[in-house]
Amino acid sequence: MASAPTIDPAFLDKDGKPLFHLEHEPHHPEGSSTMLGFWMYLMSDCLIFACLFATYAVLGGNYAAGPGPKDLFDLSLVALNTAMLLFSSITYGFAMLAVEKNRIGATQGWLAITGLFGLAFLGIELYEFAHLIHEGATPMRSGFLSAFFALVGTHGLHVTFGIIWLATLMVQVAKKGLIPANQRRLMCLSMFWHFLDVIWIGVFTFVYLMGMLR
Amino acid sequence: MSIRKRPAYADSMTVRRFLDRSAFLRRLSPALLLPLGGCDWILMNPAGDVALQQRNLILISTALMLLIILPVMAMTVWFAWRYREKAQAKDHDPDWDHSTTLELLIWSAPLLIIIALGAITWTSTHLLDPYRPIERIDHERRVDPAAKRLQVEVVAMDWKWLFIYPELGIATVNEMAAPVDQPIEFKITSSSIMNSFFVPALAGQIYAMPGMQTVLHAVANKPGNFEGFSANYSGAGFSNMRFRFHALDKAGFDQWVAKVKASGASLDRAAYVKLEQPSEKVPPIYFGSVEPHLFHAALNMCVQPGKKCMDAVMMTDARGGAGKESARDTEGLRHDGTIDVGGFHPVEPGRAGEIAQPAGMTPAAEKTPAEQGHQAPHQQDQDGHEGHHGM
Amino acid sequence: MSPHPASENSGIWKLIFGRLDWSAIPIHEPILIGTFIAVAIGGVAVLGLVTKYRLWGMLWRDWFTTVDHKRIGIMYMILGLIMFVRGFADAVMMRLQQAMAFNGSEGYLNAHHYDQIFTAHGVIMIFFVAMPMITGIMNYMVPLQIGARDVSFPFLNNFSFWMTTAGAVIVMMSLFVGEFARTGWLAYPPLSGIAYSPGVGVDYYIWGLQIAGIGTLLSGVNLIATIVKMRAPGMSMMKLPIFVWTSLCANVLIVAAFPVLTAVLALLSLDRYVGTAFFTNDMGGNPMMYVNLIWIWGHPEVYILILPLFGVFSEVTSTFSNKRLFGYSSMVYATVVIAILSYLVWLHHFFTMGSGASVNSFFGITTMVISIPTGAKLFNWLFTMYRGRIRFELPMMWTVAFMLTFVVGGMTGVLLAVPPADFVLHNSLFLIAHFHNVIIGGVLFGLFAAINYWWPKAFGFKLDRKWGVYSFWLWVVGFWFAFMPLYILGLMGVTRRMRVFDDPSLQIWFEIAALGAVMIAAGIACMFIQFGVSIKNRDKLRDTTGDPWNGRTLEWATSSPPPDYNFAFTPVIHDGDAWADMKKRGYQRPTSGFEPIHMPSNTGTGVIIAGLSIAFSVGMIWYMWWLAGLSFVGILAVAIGHTFNYKRDFHIPRDVVERTEGERTRQLAMQG
Repeated sequence: MASAPTIDPAFLDKDGKPLFHLEHEPHHPEGSSTMLGFWMYLMSDCLIFACLFATYAVLGGNYAAGPGPKDLFDLSLVALNTAMLLFSSITYGFAMLAVEKNRIGATQGWLAITGLFGLAFLGIELYEFAHLIHEGATPMRSGFLSAFFALVGTHGLHVTFGIIWLATLMVQVAKKGLIPANQRRLMCLSMFWHFLDVIWIGVFTFVYLMGMLR
Repeated sequence: MSIRKRPAYADSMTVRRFLDRSAFLRRLSPALLLPLGGCDWILMNPAGDVALQQRNLILISTALMLLIILPVMAMTVWFAWRYREKAQAKDHDPDWDHSTTLELLIWSAPLLIIIALGAITWTSTHLLDPYRPIERIDHERRVDPAAKRLQVEVVAMDWKWLFIYPELGIATVNEMAAPVDQPIEFKITSSSIMNSFFVPALAGQIYAMPGMQTVLHAVANKPGNFEGFSANYSGAGFSNMRFRFHALDKAGFDQWVAKVKASGASLDRAAYVKLEQPSEKVPPIYFGSVEPHLFHAALNMCVQPGKKCMDAVMMTDARGGAGKESARDTEGLRHDGTIDVGGFHPVEPGRAGEIAQPAGMTPAAEKTPAEQGHQAPHQQDQDGHEGHHGM
Repeated sequence: MSPHPASENSGIWKLIFGRLDWSAIPIHEPILIGTFIAVAIGGVAVLGLVTKYRLWGMLWRDWFTTVDHKRIGIMYMILGLIMFVRGFADAVMMRLQQAMAFNGSEGYLNAHHYDQIFTAHGVIMIFFVAMPMITGIMNYMVPLQIGARDVSFPFLNNFSFWMTTAGAVIVMMSLFVGEFARTGWLAYPPLSGIAYSPGVGVDYYIWGLQIAGIGTLLSGVNLIATIVKMRAPGMSMMKLPIFVWTSLCANVLIVAAFPVLTAVLALLSLDRYVGTAFFTNDMGGNPMMYVNLIWIWGHPEVYILILPLFGVFSEVTSTFSNKRLFGYSSMVYATVVIAILSYLVWLHHFFTMGSGASVNSFFGITTMVISIPTGAKLFNWLFTMYRGRIRFELPMMWTVAFMLTFVVGGMTGVLLAVPPADFVLHNSLFLIAHFHNVIIGGVLFGLFAAINYWWPKAFGFKLDRKWGVYSFWLWVVGFWFAFMPLYILGLMGVTRRMRVFDDPSLQIWFEIAALGAVMIAAGIACMFIQFGVSIKNRDKLRDTTGDPWNGRTLEWATSSPPPDYNFAFTPVIHDGDAWADMKKRGYQRPTSGFEPIHMPSNTGTGVIIAGLSIAFSVGMIWYMWWLAGLSFVGILAVAIGHTFNYKRDFHIPRDVVERTEGERTRQLAMQG
């Protein structure tokens, strides 16, 4: 049996009667849901990668009488690539520290360096792909190579979009400065960038390192 | 998919008996089925022991669930009537929204039913696993351990069924036969598209999938001429992908085998490759002889000359691939695209009499469904090829 | 498609039009030509009227570019209703074909046409009828029920809607240009692979779903953020209206399931466009991988559809029984449990693909376990009615019909979850009857309950009862006529997606089912008449109180239709049934002290990007690479351009709020 529910004292008026509306509009900070929303988007993106990882796990051994990971992967190149991405994450962190201190120049500088590291990462990845395709190890060659190119390529596409986004944001910071809207956007890109880093660590371990052990 | 270890699962006779409920259900089922019109409901009146046990399972589960469904339906109607506004029920209580006792009941009643049903599910799923060899001919007779199972290899093609009897050296299309009371072991695959092999009178279905082998164990108990078909949509000719399953007595089966053997046609690789090209409404075809290991080649997608068998490819893969140089060597690996389903043009309505049939096949001497059509090799290469790049 | 002159298909033509040529226009299909002419005439008439009455500006400013969750909700409902007509036309055509094609008759549909119809029926009903309608209802009601002014991301909401619409447009286009998939609604490979489906059908399918899927995913993110972040003060999670709870769970499922669909369709596209080997038979592909992935999305999808409607039934039962919802917390737990379990059952869609007995029984039992919380919910509705005072208005009638129909569908569902039983029932018409029993009996009846329940909130007048009752009985009786025979046919061993039959004893059942379909058609007609009659008699049916049903939740606290800003003051709530509680405590509506209200501004970006997405998809489907490339660059440019707009909000001035609220005060006073 439900009796009249007890009322939170915060929602009583000065006569002790329950309030049914706020006298004044509560101040919803601009974009207060953005971080939560973006986080949910990232989690959904994470599921896309989960599917690609699962596909790789299932198809990764199907070489169709073609070459396997040991024949194809060049670990030192991938290690270099990994370094590029890890450095870019660190430099993005420095950019965010500069944002905290409201220093536009430093922010832009670190962002530019991050972008360059990202471009280097992409360049090396494209070189690796071109090399594989040149050798005949195309995505069409086997289930293993399809899954490999899809997983690594999707990550690469994300980095590409990250760089486009980063460039856009740099223009916006230059135009408007570090206003709250731009800070929020930088924060979202930061989450995105680190997320890609985490995914890459998965790729590096699961695809490359374990591929060499297969 | 193909080679699987049997789980070490104890066949509990009590469970089997419970599932079987032979005496009880045999007495009960006519009573249950009579009002429903009975005999043409093939799932409710099957001719094989496996299908019969599956039928019993359906009836038991339904009865178990009705224990809760019927009271709920009755309560719905009763409450709706009793508490309608006009009735002005005296016990109206707008704030009554909780009762621990009722909540317990609400959750535990379905829980109990599901516990019972879950137990039945676990045991019956193991007992009626299509991979499990038949242990009994029917509820009274056990299978003689020395007796041999009839081996039948099944290939689903676009859009017809090929049956190979490896021990008898014969093959048929769209018609098969088996002796009554002899356990059958089907090994099933498909040449291009997923189908599902289903003879409702005999046993449950199992998918026929290219490059994979599934297994079905069954036994027929009553002689008869039953329908079989594909239970998974597989393209334009799917509706007519039907075959007849003849359950015959021993003598009848021998006669049938002799009749098939009498056919001069031979199913060698060349004939198989022709046969697997799309065609529909194919009347039964008999092959008096079959090239050995044809099913193995069909399963491994290497019937066509020059193809590499999947099992050999998988062996290579298990050893870590074929090395860097093999990247450009895709000779004999392609299978998709060799069967031109996309360019197939099915029969138009209004021209039902026409049968597209692979050239060079002799239909069974047997009287076939009235239309012994003229041979219209399927028309390919009209269009639909722009998108058909051979990657 | 017929042969075409080679010249059309070469050189410059091919560069511009890809694989599109005149043979893609189905001039040899009288049914399609007839449909096209009817649609064209109707379309021209609508466009003409809009032009004549100079409505384009209004449509663009107030509707197409709107970020108001209420208007977007209504647009979702309109989209769903239009697509419902298409999907139902497909259903009638199938019923007719199956009732005719006996004794050597091929019926009136060839395989090429028939196979597209059953694929389109499934795709449209799930993606473009059920999904838009539940999204529409959630969009309209969730912010109102939690006392918010809008959703968390109003622009994204508009964008989601237009992406869903773009997907629908792509699927509809396939009716007149080219063909739709002939694969069944889930497009299993290898059949859907390029080797066995070389035409444009599967590409229409892929791009239609991909584009709409983006919309669905973003709208899921949006509604979760809204529910988590924008609740009125005092509304703790356990004081959420139950519909909001079920919506929350459904949207969590959307966010957790739709990425899987996106991924699996992307891999299928790679197979088709690039020639990779994910789901091929050869080259190390694995079609079973597709089947697993698509059902990992597909099973949660059915709970995405049904959960919000469970919420609707809860609201309706409680309102029309004049009683608090029985067992609120057990309802909440049941919903959450169903949402979680829906991820552990996907394999029951393919018990017959040769998994071992232990795997099959595991998934069979997890499936059955879902029936426990579902059963608990049913009992909760029952005990909400118990000791109530039930008004049998239309929403309540639909709810009782749901309870009686759904239990049967639930029972046959549990039966199908027993693997050995599934071996004989899988893919049979029994299965078809089962899922129509739960989707029509659950989702559709729920939507009808919701439409009848909330229509007065959205438009300020009730729906006509007489035509609603006609529609109700035709639907309910027609449903049983249409699907009981399918249960029986399933037990007779008849499988789904058959176009012709050779056993004449089956025909009578198909004829009965066709009769059922005709009754349902009459029911649908009555529903549209009901809308028409109600709009015509809107003055007689007018409700000025904003609370025509003696409602219990916050949406009934404001006027009907609610003002742009929903609530003049942010409400504070103390109880789950907030509005019932306010009425009980003698709440006085404030009539002074208004403030300017901060609102998001409209934007055309969503429409533009969705339009470009259609162009992109057309380019991809027909291999017009230049069009695909250009539209993709266009999408990026518009999206980036949009981020340069920092001014995305405005204030509704105090005097406008005062005027609007003053008008409501007058109306309330008038009716005493």
